Amino acid sequence: MQSTRIIIEPGRSEKNYWRDLWLFRELFYILSWRDIKVRYKQTVIGAAWSIIRPLLTTIIFTIVFSRVAKLGSVSGAPYSILVFAGMLPWQFFANSLSEASNSLIGNANLVSKVYFPRMIIPASSIITSFVDFAISFLILLGMMVFYQYMPSTKIVLLPIFILLAFIAAFGIGLYITALNVKYRDFRYIIPFIVQIGLYITPVGFSSTVVPEKWRFWYSLNPMVGVVDGFRWCIISEPLYWPSLVTSFSMTLLFLVIGIFYFRRTERSFADNI
Amino acid sequence: MSEPVIKVENLSKRFVISHEKQERYTSLRDVVARRAKKIFSFPAQPTTNIPAKEDFWALKDINFEINKGDRVGIIGRNGAGKSTLLKILSRITEPTKGRVTIDGRVASLLEVGTGFHPELTGRENIFLNGAILGMSRAEIRSKFDEIVAFAEIEKFLDTPVKHYSSGMYVRLAFAVAAHLEPEILIVDEVLAVGDAQFQKKCLGKMEEVSKNEGRTILFVSHNMNVISALCSNAILLSGGRVIESGRSIDVMNSYVLGSGGKSSEREWVGKMRPGNNIIKLNSVRMIDASRYSKDTFSINEEIGIEMNYEVLEDNNVLWLGHNLYNSEGVNVFDTHSVSTDLYVKPHKKGKYSSVAWIPANLLPEGTFIIGSGVFNHSEHRIHFHERDIVVFSIVDTYDGKSARGLTTSHFSGVVRPLLRWNINAKK
Repeated sequence: MQSTRIIIEPGRSEKNYWRDLWLFRELFYILSWRDIKVRYKQTVIGAAWSIIRPLLTTIIFTIVFSRVAKLGSVSGAPYSILVFAGMLPWQFFANSLSEASNSLIGNANLVSKVYFPRMIIPASSIITSFVDFAISFLILLGMMVFYQYMPSTKIVLLPIFILLAFIAAFGIGLYITALNVKYRDFRYIIPFIVQIGLYITPVGFSSTVVPEKWRFWYSLNPMVGVVDGFRWCIISEPLYWPSLVTSFSMTLLFLVIGIFYFRRTERSFADNI
Repeated sequence: MSEPVIKVENLSKRFVISHEKQERYTSLRDVVARRAKKIFSFPAQPTTNIPAKEDFWALKDINFEINKGDRVGIIGRNGAGKSTLLKILSRITEPTKGRVTIDGRVASLLEVGTGFHPELTGRENIFLNGAILGMSRAEIRSKFDEIVAFAEIEKFLDTPVKHYSSGMYVRLAFAVAAHLEPEILIVDEVLAVGDAQFQKKCLGKMEEVSKNEGRTILFVSHNMNVISALCSNAILLSGGRVIESGRSIDVMNSYVLGSGGKSSEREWVGKMRPGNNIIKLNSVRMIDASRYSKDTFSINEEIGIEMNYEVLEDNNVLWLGHNLYNSEGVNVFDTHSVSTDLYVKPHKKGKYSSVAWIPANLLPEGTFIIGSGVFNHSEHRIHFHERDIVVFSIVDTYDGKSARGLTTSHFSGVVRPLLRWNINAKK
């Protein structure tokens, strides 16, 4: 009996929050499953959406950056594969941010009626974006077959960078989600962040074209490390380690801030939503 | 066992009401604008009379204890703080002050079908809703058949719930909740939905688990009958404070009495009047033979239920009715205006007064609750149906002339008629 004693007090950061998170893991599975299921249930071509969007953007980017701006890849890989290898993690990150930021408001009825660690909701919405990511990954394989391009053996290290993308999306996602509950105009800011992010992240170009003096500032973007890592694994583009370390540190910093801010505001979600 | 499983100490919850704007949420734009205004305005600017923000205490210094196996009803008018209290106990929102200690697994049911998704099938929603209420998948799987049988939806298990009738939806939602097995169950007014028969089934189920398994239940309802049927104890909240706690019958009495003036008289004015654009209810009062309104009647006098109403439209056949409940929640009888001409003839526009007479020596001593309605079941119309309108008590006379005669100890029975007895000595 003692083990299930709950004490409710103002400002009490529950010691068993993380244990609760573990106890509610089934809710996490089931909410992710619900989001995935519902997402594809009433769309005509369902999963095809997660293929069409990145594919079209890739085609446009390839034309703009390769044909018009005359950029190329160091490794000699086809430019559209280079773009797509960047597009994959970027789309995942961008989708995660927009899904996560609306997730709590979209589940307002749950938040105001049931207790559970609120972190489950943005986390499960990121899982939904991951399914899109997995589907788009198939196009990458298709493109490789089309160009008869053999990836390097480093592709086995890709899961590390997928995990990194997860952490980046989760940390920033948590922060924005919590802000969005309180200040609803963040929903207007997110498309803006995503738009700008697309150009300051090496999606349409390779990081090798960035001048040395800007490299540090450029690497503060957590997604730079992720995209560079993806390209390193898939098409053997050179990986600039200091840049990866900077990006990774920023990712961790955002994660800590995200969790901290989320946990601090979490208690008043039900009152603000 | 009388160890407290829920202990609430000096619990308070404050909301800040902002008078500046009606928006539900703050936006960054406003925050920026306000800051800017502050910087540019003169510091000596006189403050306006209305404060920008005002504190509102939804709960103020609440203290109570609930023992293991208790079934406690929480009653009070709208805005008394009932829902806020439940939300704090369910850990949905945080108190501003005070402390609550809970021993045991808590499940709260503040809404029927929380998280139900219209696109998902009944089967899928059982798992989803179960998980939201804190059940594990294994637990749901083991009770799955029982849940489906309870909800009576076997045939539609694989139909998306958006195609369900509202009755089926509620049944399914409640069936999941009824199979929760926490040590402490917190229930908000969820039984208000669903048909009467299913409500009864749910109540039966809740009572059964609570009695057999010693489960503690906290229950909020406006329906006095449900409270008296299910709960042994009750807590009365008003204005965020505990006004009374104790046996549910006593607390219910002070709840209804506390509504202002006599409990046996209720009047509505203007927009508050129950009804629709055909009929409006003006007042209900309990009267004696001399048309004098009172709270307490003697067992051997006739008691009238007087209803004053206004008909706003010609040509409607209106049936009047009352429900009478005793303090245990038993529906002692229902009565309809069958014996008047207006049961078949339409009403004309205008004001009316009806009285239904309860014969002397029918009801026993005790407290009774009246609900009233105007309807026409042959047209399937209910113009209004108000529960718990007035309360009155009956006292026995102990003069040897009532049904109890000279018996001074407990005299049981739902009714206490003075029957005609014949005793003849056989030759």
